[in-house]
Amino acid sequence: MVDTAFGPTPDPHPGGPQAGYLAMVRRRRLYGSVLAILFFALMASGFHLADARNAGGFWQGLHQVFDFPAEVVREAWAKRANLPGLFFKFVPSMIETINIAAVSTLLGGGAAIVLALLSTRGLARWPRLIWVFSRLMDGLRAVPEIVIALVLIFVLGGGPVPAMIAIALHTSGALGKLFSEVAENADLKPVEGLASVGARWGQRMAFGVLPQVAPNWLSYTLLRFEINIRASAILGFVGSGGIGYDLKLAMQWGIGKYDQVIAIFSILFLTIVLFDQLSGHLRERLTKGAHK
Amino acid sequence: MLLEVRNVSRVFGAKTAVDRMSFTLDKPGFLGIIGRSGAGKSTFLRLVNRLTGASGGEIRFRGKNVLALRGAEMRAWQSQCAMIFQQFNLVPRMDVASNVLHGLLNRRSTLATMFSLWSDADIHRALEILDRLGIAEQAAKRAEALSGGQQQRVAIARALMQDPAIILADEPIASLDPMNAQIVMDSLRRIHDEDGRTVIANLHTLDTARRYCDRVIGMRDGRIVFDGRPDQLSAAVAREIYGANEHFSEAATSTSIDVLEPGDAELLPA
Repeated sequence: MVDTAFGPTPDPHPGGPQAGYLAMVRRRRLYGSVLAILFFALMASGFHLADARNAGGFWQGLHQVFDFPAEVVREAWAKRANLPGLFFKFVPSMIETINIAAVSTLLGGGAAIVLALLSTRGLARWPRLIWVFSRLMDGLRAVPEIVIALVLIFVLGGGPVPAMIAIALHTSGALGKLFSEVAENADLKPVEGLASVGARWGQRMAFGVLPQVAPNWLSYTLLRFEINIRASAILGFVGSGGIGYDLKLAMQWGIGKYDQVIAIFSILFLTIVLFDQLSGHLRERLTKGAHK
Repeated sequence: MLLEVRNVSRVFGAKTAVDRMSFTLDKPGFLGIIGRSGAGKSTFLRLVNRLTGASGGEIRFRGKNVLALRGAEMRAWQSQCAMIFQQFNLVPRMDVASNVLHGLLNRRSTLATMFSLWSDADIHRALEILDRLGIAEQAAKRAEALSGGQQQRVAIARALMQDPAIILADEPIASLDPMNAQIVMDSLRRIHDEDGRTVIANLHTLDTARRYCDRVIGMRDGRIVFDGRPDQLSAAVAREIYGANEHFSEAATSTSIDVLEPGDAELLPA
């Protein structure tokens, strides 16, 4: 402050700056060791509890872990000539799964934008309702997709629509939280500049905030899209169509259809790798700018 | 009566930023407000533009109390009362012409503005204003690519796009080098002389106030301690405004005294 500019600043640590720093180092080391002890205690007790509650025995069962995969691979290898054909057979289901993921990412992302802006300090349209909107997002994110999907399938019947709604709801909560954290760091000067010309709240957000946060928001959305492809495949297990449903049928059939299981796993794996690479590349460009 | 400020106060917690401020302006003028950081200059301009609320008092513009306006009426007032900021407050990632067109956000339909559907007439006007300020060739560049002085001229262009009755300039040249500072102050003065718009500018330095203003208000601790013609700004008045001790010399106010940090005291002339 200007008022204190002409006087000496009092030293906050009477023992000199070295003593203050050494005290800080000691404190940090103490916290570090406490954390390490806590970590090992939790690991040991957690494992002990899990092993004690296990129906079988962890150590007795351990050597059987690879029996099932080995059986699957053995059968698929014997029928390896079928694999390319099966591969193409499952492409339409894979596309359906990707479709569910894409629509739910778009819908959830749109809702996340609104929820995020309404719950960000400094930007919120109604600052008093920030608490309400952040708790709403917590709630949406806390319920797993599969729980929402099971309820919706019970009400609406099986198919892609319940899966899409379930993933979109979860996405709006999860992305909303990330969006809000990005928006919190947005520079408020452009927003203030727009407020000074009499812009409405929507205009201030669209022109003042969106250009700043768009690269990071898009990057998070792409990441979420990847996650949603997996989620949508899993939801197939509970009857919402797509590749997950085919996988469930093949696995339930058991011996005789393991070549299908392998085909489905490969196509799922390849798709996820493909989108991971694609979105990684896009995100790099968005946050760091195109190569010049 | 153009502008009538009556007993305006603004309290932040225990601190009174603006303390029962009163003055009137009966015809368009170029008014400078001087004082050190924390004297309440910025808060006052933000009160006029309604970026912050007042704790008491009235500000009447052509008889209407702008502090009582709410919602759409308040935004309509903001669109008539343009504001220029020390840090320019442009949208850095958008192009210069779009930043200028933002001056119309209150005058055009919200839906059309959201999709940046500006009419050709609006775009032409924005480019004309940029031309008037000598930066027409920058129209397509991103605002962040421009120098500080150019960005401030874009901010002035945005203000002119609002076709405002009054322009509030909050430390418009405090982050600029002397040459750009002069270009910006000359532009503001020309806008006042040619268009007859009222300009109220917060200024750091006495010599800028002397050179450009018709009238100067000096503030200290939220109160008006001087109100008069620039030629009445004597050394004694400057001491009153800046509250310096006997070591204070007026020369110090021609550099930016307010930006000095603790430890810079020895830089002040004895």
